[in-house]
Amino acid sequence: MDPPSYAEAACTALGDAMAQDGRIVVLGEDVGRGGIFGQYRGLQARFGSDRVIDTPISEATIMGAGVGMALAGLKPVVEMRVVDFALCAMDEIANQAAKNRFMFGGQGRVPLVARLPMGIWSASAAQHSQSLEAWFAHLPGVVVVAPATAQDNHDLLLAALDCGDPVIYLEHKELWSQRDAAPPGPPLRLGQARVCRPGSDLTLVSWSRQLHWAAEAAQTLAERGVQAELIDLATIWPWDRDTVLNSAARTGRLLVTHEAVQAAGFGAEIVATAAEHTGCKVKRAGAPRIPVGYAPTLEEVSRVRPAAIVAAALELLR
Amino acid sequence: MHAPSLRDRLAALLRTMLRIRAFEDAAELASQGGVAAFGQTAGSGAAVRGPLHLSTGQEAVAAGVCHGLRREDLLTSTHRGHGHTLAKGADTRRMMAELYGRAAGSNGGKGGSMHIADFSVGMLGANGVVAAGLPIAVGAAQALKLQRKDAIVACFFGDGAINRGPFLEALNWAAAYALPVLFVCEDNRWSAMTATGPLTAGAGAAARAQALGIEALTADGNDVEAVNDAATEAIAAVRAGRGPRLLHSVTYRIKGHVSVDPATYRDAGEVAHAREDDPIERAARRFVELGGSAAELAAMRAGADEEIATAVRFAEAAAWPEAAAAYTDVQSTGAGRWF
Repeated sequence: MDPPSYAEAACTALGDAMAQDGRIVVLGEDVGRGGIFGQYRGLQARFGSDRVIDTPISEATIMGAGVGMALAGLKPVVEMRVVDFALCAMDEIANQAAKNRFMFGGQGRVPLVARLPMGIWSASAAQHSQSLEAWFAHLPGVVVVAPATAQDNHDLLLAALDCGDPVIYLEHKELWSQRDAAPPGPPLRLGQARVCRPGSDLTLVSWSRQLHWAAEAAQTLAERGVQAELIDLATIWPWDRDTVLNSAARTGRLLVTHEAVQAAGFGAEIVATAAEHTGCKVKRAGAPRIPVGYAPTLEEVSRVRPAAIVAAALELLR
Repeated sequence: MHAPSLRDRLAALLRTMLRIRAFEDAAELASQGGVAAFGQTAGSGAAVRGPLHLSTGQEAVAAGVCHGLRREDLLTSTHRGHGHTLAKGADTRRMMAELYGRAAGSNGGKGGSMHIADFSVGMLGANGVVAAGLPIAVGAAQALKLQRKDAIVACFFGDGAINRGPFLEALNWAAAYALPVLFVCEDNRWSAMTATGPLTAGAGAAARAQALGIEALTADGNDVEAVNDAATEAIAAVRAGRGPRLLHSVTYRIKGHVSVDPATYRDAGEVAHAREDDPIERAARRFVELGGSAAELAAMRAGADEEIATAVRFAEAAAWPEAAAAYTDVQSTGAGRWF
């Protein structure tokens, strides 16, 4: 039997968690039909429309209601369809979910998992293609997760449901149908990175869909005699500094590549921290600061392909 | 209802209104020179610093609605939320200590006036963002329904909030799922420093609710008995599972938008009229009509003043939060990783 896809793995995790914990509810647009990517398939039939709640197209209230549910004792999973739509709910994310526990002096908590499918996918153009993990990483109070494999999407979704904090959970739209060719390794905890491939010449950090291109780049580099240590960050905040900094200190070179716009991207935070703590040489490979275009020729400009990662690595090694 | 019970009810309502007024007056006094506004920097000498939005003059709405609620009912509020919090049963000492920013405050000094909350009495927090409480209220109500609890949610917002999108979204949501929410539009006629009327299309909050199929009631927001009558009726319907209701009560914000706002942009006659229609004085006159004595009234006023004086002394004597508390209750995952 095929291993589960990235969407199926998350669906299994959520179904198992809902079966065990009656406080978990799902709300969002089209979740009763399984979600637009099939990531909720079968859950409404199994748990009923009171727990898998089809909502109006009201992003602010989908997220705000999630906050209210959490304050009243539930553990909501809030579906936003695509991360771009979560921008209609930014007050509810940034001012309410992220801050309520602190500003009320710990009287309430917001154990909420907001699923925000991200990334370039299928000519979706400027408003359905963004990678905004850095926006959320900048917000005190939230956890930010971006799994790259089906197994991690299973394990990290369970961890997110279990952590008691508001979690910004970013699944990449290009990955929904992907199945792991081989198990990526032991289950990850939140805040734990994975060394996917050991190496001694440079450290290569990535996450989400971009990790797979980074892996291709690492393979190409190896064929040229360069051993890159590839790290899947998986959790953007709190990110696994020990794993990244230890590797960077050993290799002396750190390249971070992400699909998001490079300027003020999360790669900047990682390389700045590594430079401060290890003095290593650093480089970033992110997208140009342009909206993602519709035509293939335009969309391509926003992609950071393996060849570009290889070129950046070779530059860093010069 | 016969006269003595009407009088007893009014006495209870009046006591709450007097306590709110005394609280607001004391907070206002403690904020003098301490609140930054209108390009002026705050002085450091005042006890209450930061934006202080007073509900002076609006007490009848808070008292009239909250007296119809039970302790286990939930409440969401606005940036002008002291009255709602107090009327829901919060301890005035801890409330005042919160305005003072002290560790003994209801929020440990982390929120202040705009975020005042007391979960022990179901008060899920005031909110610094206009209309932000509405989506939270409907979510809390959905949780109560799912948990098969008998409790309801009362959701206070102002006239300015009905022009924000979450008002429409949340009302639609509450109606679509038939949720146990009482929406209360506490209409003080001012959106910060601009009159709401000329900037609001149509007939206002009640009409907008009715357009969504939500039954709406109106009650004079300066008549605490009328508010309580309407709220009692609406709460009974909501608690019986008949879906949300909206109560629209027009009152008046006697003070400025924040405590240091002299509100000179308002017509002097409008303010003078509002002072003549002070809901507390109206209730006091009515109390006497119902057979209450001047001595009872004086005792109520003295009791409220004494309680709030005690609250101020408590706040003054309370310690500041330790700086280390800035790092607590932020998040559990990754706690300790602040950079």
